[in-house]
Amino acid sequence: MDEFTVSRIFINLLIAAKWTVILSLIAFIGGGIVGAAITLMRISSNKWLRGISWAYIEFFQGTPLLLQLFLAFFGLSVAFGINLSPLQAATLALTGFTSAFLADIWRGSIEALPQGQWEAGSAIGFGYFKQLQLIILPQAVRLSVAPTVGFLVQVIKGTSLASIIGFTELSRAATQINNVTLQSLLIFSLAGVIYFLLCYPLSTWSQHLERKLSYKT
Amino acid sequence: MNYAFDFGVIWDNAGVLLAGAWLTFKISLLAITFGLIIGIIGAAFRTSENRILDGIALAYVEIIRNTPYLIQLFFIFFGLPNLGLKLSAEQAAIFSLAVNFGAYSTEIVRAGVQSIAKGQIEAGLAIGFKKLAVFRYIVLPPALANVYPALIGQVILAVLFTSVVSQIAAEDLTFAGDYLNARTFRSFEIYFTIALIYLAIVWLIKLLSFLVERRFFEFAKYRR
Repeated sequence: MDEFTVSRIFINLLIAAKWTVILSLIAFIGGGIVGAAITLMRISSNKWLRGISWAYIEFFQGTPLLLQLFLAFFGLSVAFGINLSPLQAATLALTGFTSAFLADIWRGSIEALPQGQWEAGSAIGFGYFKQLQLIILPQAVRLSVAPTVGFLVQVIKGTSLASIIGFTELSRAATQINNVTLQSLLIFSLAGVIYFLLCYPLSTWSQHLERKLSYKT
Repeated sequence: MNYAFDFGVIWDNAGVLLAGAWLTFKISLLAITFGLIIGIIGAAFRTSENRILDGIALAYVEIIRNTPYLIQLFFIFFGLPNLGLKLSAEQAAIFSLAVNFGAYSTEIVRAGVQSIAKGQIEAGLAIGFKKLAVFRYIVLPPALANVYPALIGQVILAVLFTSVVSQIAAEDLTFAGDYLNARTFRSFEIYFTIALIYLAIVWLIKLLSFLVERRFFEFAKYRR
């Protein structure tokens, strides 16, 4: 049997951490695209679009991510015959989770702007999307950058739950190595260190952006 | 394929789900209570003039906030026995969640404490209050009132986090779902219903928090 030295454990965890990063990026990009659509629905004047996007956000914010993963992985397969691989199921659930939180952050940023900004756009003859594109979004993006970067930390941490439906990333690699070596304290400390190295720079960057970009009141 | 939905499995096993929901409630309540106490002490450390206390609290907050709860749970449940500290699944669940909630609430309460005007503290000291009494009677109540919405948001996240304790076989609501799923294979019905139960719990917390805010934190509105 192979010897599990500290450095070998660490290297194996680092290799698995690659999948944590990849899954985080997939969730963040997918969540960003869907989240933008949900944001537009949320601020629309059509009450059906608003209602659907409200229910979507309530569902993904009000239920545990773990249950969302179980529904994507086990539920869809049994009830609808849609068999997803762990990676596909994790992508689906994490995209839903990420998009709901991002939509909520972005809606908040848009609604934080005074109503007069829309009215001014309308007064100089801009249509709805011109107002949004040229007047509202440039200001809202500025407001939302810090919380968006901060939420990326939640996404990275959220990917750890994909290990439970069998996707091999950092947490699952740690669990598997633990099952063989039983050096639990060491292994989960090392896994924690790698997560910390991924998350801490983003947390610090988010706080820095918050100070730099916040409007002086 | 044609799948016949059968939610009957939920009614037939309502007892299992209820027992699971009870443990979810118990773990949440205990962890949030202990976590809030940790958070208040942590916030006192973070705002103290003693740089060592501030440093300890800051390190605690950053370590917890930048690692996943799953790893914290496994560290406590599987890792601590290596040091001779063996906890039951339920104890590990409550302990890990309290430590997790404590870190987030430290930062929330700290923001509340720092929103209190210096003059309030000086006035307290001037009329002869000790430092601890100033913190307890003058700073803490309006500080909590100021950050109450953020604190409730974190409470909701903590309750949703409890689902992860099913992974160390603490028999919570999600564990009840896993148990029924393994016996009936009605995965969709079971997990969908359980997700809705969590959603109902979240809405209940939002309603209760609204009532509590009206009852206890009304004073904060007149101050502004």
